[in-house]
Amino acid sequence: MIEFRNVSKWYGSFQVLTDCSTKVDKGEVVVVCGPSGSGKSTLIKCVNALEPFQKGDIVVDGTSVGDAKTSLPKLRARVGMVFQHFELFPHLTITENLTIAQTKVLGRGREEAEQKGLKLLDRVGLKAHAAKFPGQLSGGQQQRVAIARALAMDPICMLFDEPTSALDPEMINEVLDVMVELANEGMTMMCVTHEMGFARKVAHRVIFMDQGRIIEDADKGEFFGTPRSERAQQFLSKILQH
Amino acid sequence: MSYNWNWGVFLQSTPSGSDTYLGWLFTGLKWTLTLSLSAWLIALVVGGVVGVLRTAPGKALGFLAATYVEVFRNIPLLVQLFIWYFVLPELVPVKLGDAFKQMNPVAQQFIAAVLCLGLFTAARVAEQVRAGIQSLARGQKNAGLALGFTLPQTYRYVLLPMAVRIIIPPLTSEFLNIFKNSAVATTIGLIELSRQAQQLVDYTAQPYEAFIAVTVIYLVLNVIIMGLMRKLEKSLRVPGFIVAGK
Amino acid sequence: MYEYDWSTIPAALPILWEGMKITLQVTLTAIVVGIVWGTLLAVARISNSGPLAWLAAGYVNLFRSVPLVMVILWFYLIVPQLLRAVFGTALQDIRLASAITAFCLFEAAYYSEIVRAGIQSVSRGQISAALALGFSYGQAMRLIILPQALRNMVPLLLTQAIILFQDTSLVYVIGLADFFGASYKVGDRDGRLVELLLFAGLIYFVLCFAASMLVRIMQRKTA
Repeated sequence: MIEFRNVSKWYGSFQVLTDCSTKVDKGEVVVVCGPSGSGKSTLIKCVNALEPFQKGDIVVDGTSVGDAKTSLPKLRARVGMVFQHFELFPHLTITENLTIAQTKVLGRGREEAEQKGLKLLDRVGLKAHAAKFPGQLSGGQQQRVAIARALAMDPICMLFDEPTSALDPEMINEVLDVMVELANEGMTMMCVTHEMGFARKVAHRVIFMDQGRIIEDADKGEFFGTPRSERAQQFLSKILQH
Repeated sequence: MSYNWNWGVFLQSTPSGSDTYLGWLFTGLKWTLTLSLSAWLIALVVGGVVGVLRTAPGKALGFLAATYVEVFRNIPLLVQLFIWYFVLPELVPVKLGDAFKQMNPVAQQFIAAVLCLGLFTAARVAEQVRAGIQSLARGQKNAGLALGFTLPQTYRYVLLPMAVRIIIPPLTSEFLNIFKNSAVATTIGLIELSRQAQQLVDYTAQPYEAFIAVTVIYLVLNVIIMGLMRKLEKSLRVPGFIVAGK
Repeated sequence: MYEYDWSTIPAALPILWEGMKITLQVTLTAIVVGIVWGTLLAVARISNSGPLAWLAAGYVNLFRSVPLVMVILWFYLIVPQLLRAVFGTALQDIRLASAITAFCLFEAAYYSEIVRAGIQSVSRGQISAALALGFSYGQAMRLIILPQALRNMVPLLLTQAIILFQDTSLVYVIGLADFFGASYKVGDRDGRLVELLLFAGLIYFVLCFAASMLVRIMQRKTA
């Protein structure tokens, strides 16, 4: 579904990604972790070309991301993304947030879009808030709306960029619950997160990154059992102790 | 220091007999309003485009937009006005220049003043628009793009609606400025308010009444505009959204 | 096509320089007086002492609501009568004196807003800390708050100075020959208005652009 082929990226002369290759199969849940500044967020943003890369290629469901002929809006419309800071549109109501891309990008009718949006809103348990504005919801609620907004586009896969790291501790679980449910339904997911509990529960594979390289790319059991690299061991011991 | 106050002067008729001095003030007010509002329209359109271009990818357009802002910000308004009025008609193709010079004088003054004031203010509006867009987190643009919006759609549906709300307070002060700056048109003879104040002094020898009346009109204009803009701000307020202040 | 003739400019340079001296005189006096008077107004405005704060606010709002052109004309009307009242006789040419007065008092209103914002940018904890140490309100302002506020507002003060430098060209309305007035006079006299106005525009642009670049570099260094 998503295939990285030797992806490298530079900011000027500074290399942020070095020769990254991996893939995410259909229905697979892959967790990307690593210390801050390791390039994990950059890597996931390359999938829908929010970050351009200079070398290598990424192929999403047969479409080359690096190909200049690829229509990026079309590609992005099929790949759902959830951001660290939610990024709901503050000037639109929750319902409008859920429908605007459906109508303007996919060309769906207003009624159809609203039906779809409200169904998903109900699914994340927030139907009662449909008429509110994002600023009137808590962080956890906003993030659940953001997930619903991405799902409303009927994505072929979902990207999560640290979806819980901007949340107060008591709100993390309500978001993770939605993600777990999604994973159990067979959604293809690539998640940058430090939530190792989530990784243990639903991930199929774990990718560990450091200094722009993929250091470890292993099945979940293998990763949590006996990570091969010293860096990954250190990282795990640090975040699991707390 | 004895001064003969005579507020009745405004009701006296002007030398031509067809109007009172109060009528002159109204004519002045009419020109001040017409000039300022037309120039504001130009400033919003041009300033909006230039401001957006400054934030858009593409170096050439961004550079052009930045040059525009620097040129219009670093030359005094009065000098710009004289260049529009005296210089440009000489430099444009002869036909166009002649056509301009054959118009009636008021039309010439108005066209020069409105272009000058509009494009001058546009540079300042552009800076506010740019700052407004840049004050939105980068994430908003990414969120728009990630949903499959094209860049223009992202501006239209995501960035600009919020940017507009954020820049209303600074735009209010630009809007007030355009009324004050319109007084500069007196130098090329347009009969707006401050020109009428000077004329009244010449004709009536009652300078204080004339100046006080015109000053009060400017003050009232100021208050009205501030009230209107505050109303606009309130009507566009987004529930729960607090502008991030740093 | 228009045929340019720049030859009158070199000969006119001494006249233009005389004009520039007037421009600089008005600008610099207005900066100094404007900042001092503006700071006093700002301190008065946030002092919480009723009538004083009210008067300062009234002053600032009045000057900020009226076009500079009107202010210059107002002072051209008032200053001679004041001078006559004070000195008994009229001065020969009061255009410069009235222009300087107008700019000083007008700019003070704008500077006071910058200073006020600067003072308010210093956290409230600072004044509490100073008062807790036993400083008087005046001492706390002078020794603790203003020095910090000043650092925050230097770029804005300088930007305002650049605007002021440009605005002095408006003394044209009372016929004072500053740099712009001199350029216009020479252009009008020699029938070379196009060249002289473009030249004046260029000089203003070069000076103001260079100054605003300096401000930007300074801002980057202090930020």
